[in-house]
Amino acid sequence: MNPIQKVTRRSFIRSMGLASGGLLIACNFPSSDEKNQKRPFNGSTFEPNLFVHLKDNGDLVLIASRSEMGQGVRTSMTSIIADEMDADWNLVSIEQAIGHPKYGNQNTDGSRSVRTLYETMRKMGATARAMLISAAATKWQVDKSTLITNNHYVVNTANDKKIFYGDLVKEAAEVAVPENPLLKDVKDFKYIGKGLKSVDGAGFASGKPKYGMDIKLPDMKYAAMARCPVTFGTVKSFDKAKAMAIAGVTDVVEIPRVAKPFGPLGGVAVIATNTWAALKGKEALEIVWDHGDNKVYSSETYDKMITDNVHKKGKEIRNDGNVNKAFKNAEHVIESTFNLPHLVHAPMETPNATAWVKEDGTCEIWAPSQAPQTARDNVAEFLEIEKEMITINVTFLGGGFGRKSKPDYVVEAAAVSKAVKAPVQVVWTREDDIQHSYYHAVSAQYMKGGLDKDGNVTGWLHRVAYPSIASTFAPDSGYAAGFEFGQGLINIPYQIDNVRCENGKAPAHLRIGWFRSVINIIQSFSVNIFVDELAAKAGKDPLQFRLDLIGNDRVEESKSGYHFDSAKLKNVLKTVAKNANYGKDLPEGHGVGIAMHYSFFSYIASIIEVSVEDGKLKVHNIHSVIDCGTAVNTDTIKSQMQGAAIFGMSLAYYGKITAKEGVVEQSNYHDYQMLRMHQAPEVHVEIINNNDKPTGVGEPGVPPIAPAIINAIYNATGKRYYSLPLMDHGLV
Amino acid sequence: MASLKINNKTHQIDVDSNMPLLWVIRDFAGLTGTKYGCGTGICGSCTVLMDGDPVRSCLIPVSAAEGKDILTIEGVENENKVLQEVWEDLNVPQCGFCQSGQIISAVALLKKNTNPSDEDIDTAMSGNICRCGTYQRIRSAIHKTADLNNPKTELK
Repeated sequence: MNPIQKVTRRSFIRSMGLASGGLLIACNFPSSDEKNQKRPFNGSTFEPNLFVHLKDNGDLVLIASRSEMGQGVRTSMTSIIADEMDADWNLVSIEQAIGHPKYGNQNTDGSRSVRTLYETMRKMGATARAMLISAAATKWQVDKSTLITNNHYVVNTANDKKIFYGDLVKEAAEVAVPENPLLKDVKDFKYIGKGLKSVDGAGFASGKPKYGMDIKLPDMKYAAMARCPVTFGTVKSFDKAKAMAIAGVTDVVEIPRVAKPFGPLGGVAVIATNTWAALKGKEALEIVWDHGDNKVYSSETYDKMITDNVHKKGKEIRNDGNVNKAFKNAEHVIESTFNLPHLVHAPMETPNATAWVKEDGTCEIWAPSQAPQTARDNVAEFLEIEKEMITINVTFLGGGFGRKSKPDYVVEAAAVSKAVKAPVQVVWTREDDIQHSYYHAVSAQYMKGGLDKDGNVTGWLHRVAYPSIASTFAPDSGYAAGFEFGQGLINIPYQIDNVRCENGKAPAHLRIGWFRSVINIIQSFSVNIFVDELAAKAGKDPLQFRLDLIGNDRVEESKSGYHFDSAKLKNVLKTVAKNANYGKDLPEGHGVGIAMHYSFFSYIASIIEVSVEDGKLKVHNIHSVIDCGTAVNTDTIKSQMQGAAIFGMSLAYYGKITAKEGVVEQSNYHDYQMLRMHQAPEVHVEIINNNDKPTGVGEPGVPPIAPAIINAIYNATGKRYYSLPLMDHGLV
Repeated sequence: MASLKINNKTHQIDVDSNMPLLWVIRDFAGLTGTKYGCGTGICGSCTVLMDGDPVRSCLIPVSAAEGKDILTIEGVENENKVLQEVWEDLNVPQCGFCQSGQIISAVALLKKNTNPSDEDIDTAMSGNICRCGTYQRIRSAIHKTADLNNPKTELK
């Protein structure tokens, strides 16, 4: 076992001299991540760990342990270290870590990189700075009380002498590691909160960064896989003759399914000397499939079934007071049913991986992965070799959105490489990506609410049914998991005396997985629309109604260490109303809609202005406000919020994956469409400025968007929609 | 044997004449800045300039590109360096994967229209999908590049 895994709650920092003449600092601190936000069945439980490498010429190499997929993590994480270290940002370069437990948890998901590693990185930078000061004190034979740092130099305030960090490397390596290095006062931050530009921006603008598919190895082959159109179906027989006849095709091999959560689906692989030949070869394969049990899955009947299941009593998830009594005594009772389809991530870069199972028994992999350690674990199990024999190089990710948290495609590449005894790059086509993913769950929801004569909400019943992510990991009970209910179902931010939440049955027939914002999308949709309906029924303004429903200022303690603060939620709501000039006169045919959601411990509110003319929807502008505690990189946060708004609009307009007899009916961007430039509104973002501990950024911007659009359409037209996508209603 | 002129460099490449230009550029010329996104010409990730016009290289058979001037992202620095600098300055990219195609489409637009309106940008850029949703910043970057390249700016 790696010794770091034995570290439990005790923090430690260690230093070691490097043969190359540098100072390396590794550190490991307890994570503050909460248990019930961790994904299920994830074996990684040890604490985060990062590395600093200061060279004797002053160059500072900071290791990025999390994967870069557009969220700016390589910049934000390292800027925290550099800030506390008082380093010159111009001397910093970033190296991407391989997938290895020595770096702590590397799962890049759950909007948690900065959230869980902020303190660790501050302490790491502060430790390095303290050690450099001690080194200077030794070198100059002075007391360190007169020494300060200034942008990569230690300065003696007694005589204005200064020394470059690079010139202190040797001495610093001898210094004992301080237990509790002094952290900066937040007012002295020079990078944190300043919106540093991405360290990778120039590269992205010149096509230089290497994504998974850009890896080229000597004698590397390219492979394309044919997989059964129905999930978990198998190959009955195949004829490879026509594929083998294509110039460049060198092999056709059957790859069996590995029946594990992240096991490859299996199928037939065509191996070739170039990508095009592999793709042509795949098209030329003649395969007879056994479609297996999931051929029973057709969205049309399934959606009716789960809708029926939320129209009857389900499994009790939360029960406060007595909703039945509340409904009986209510002045008004309203009911609504919501239906949302499956979604798929469709990152611009399809899944792909390059694997080389070598003659010496080792394996090297290059993959755009959000979970390189999980990839390594799964490849080790598949190849039946020690994990230490596997190197996972993490490339840039052309988008992830949760798809690349599941390393089935990495194991698949290892399987193909093993079969043909050569380095192989397995490339998924867009069709493969859309038809063989781990899908965001389809859902049905039923809500019932009671209002008293003053328009106060007295009863709230919410039933949900969606195939659970847990079904990917364990025998499917048909019911959802606790962490899914915690994403906006049982933890609504409203003060209502009688609340009941129930879960109806929804067995899985596709692989179900995380998708940016996860179940928050589903539960934010129904809750935000239903609150709007209640406000309308009560004859109240939707903004004031929400503020009243949130109730008094209170902090709800959570064992996660992140406590829900109702005042923060009300503040983002009031701020967005101010920014959007809520209440202003709107042109004919225009309407505004509000939605808010608390997820990944961040508070978000959005107001969207739309118009519906000749039956066609146009989104004119979006205002979003986020309170994510300390804003480490303000520009990245804005960028993520802008992108989240577009992501939310795409799913609202077009997002729909359906199956017929087990086969996914969509296949590419023509029938699984994305928002485009001409539809993209200005997204105005305000970040609430505070010094509280940082909370999630990548995901929380998405959940308010679709319901805010629905509420805006209602405001504009008086018509309420209860399902997505809007293209099915003829609105786009 | 196909003779291809990419970024002013001639490549002699022995491939099937039907092979899409995209795969020739990536697998044979070794220029990986041009990306595969959909293979059907609808996402724009593979956009290159052919004799100055933006084309979807995943749909162009290599035989149709012979004798033409091909410009890929790797050649943009000689074509519109300002645009790349503005792209970096405004922090346009998120994951970056579609950005080669976005930049090529923007280069083509600015070549023909030195001061594009929002509508011009919509028309020229709507063939390029960005899943991260960087459209707003792409729009700003095109306007800013036009301003920097447009001598009238100094009179403002």
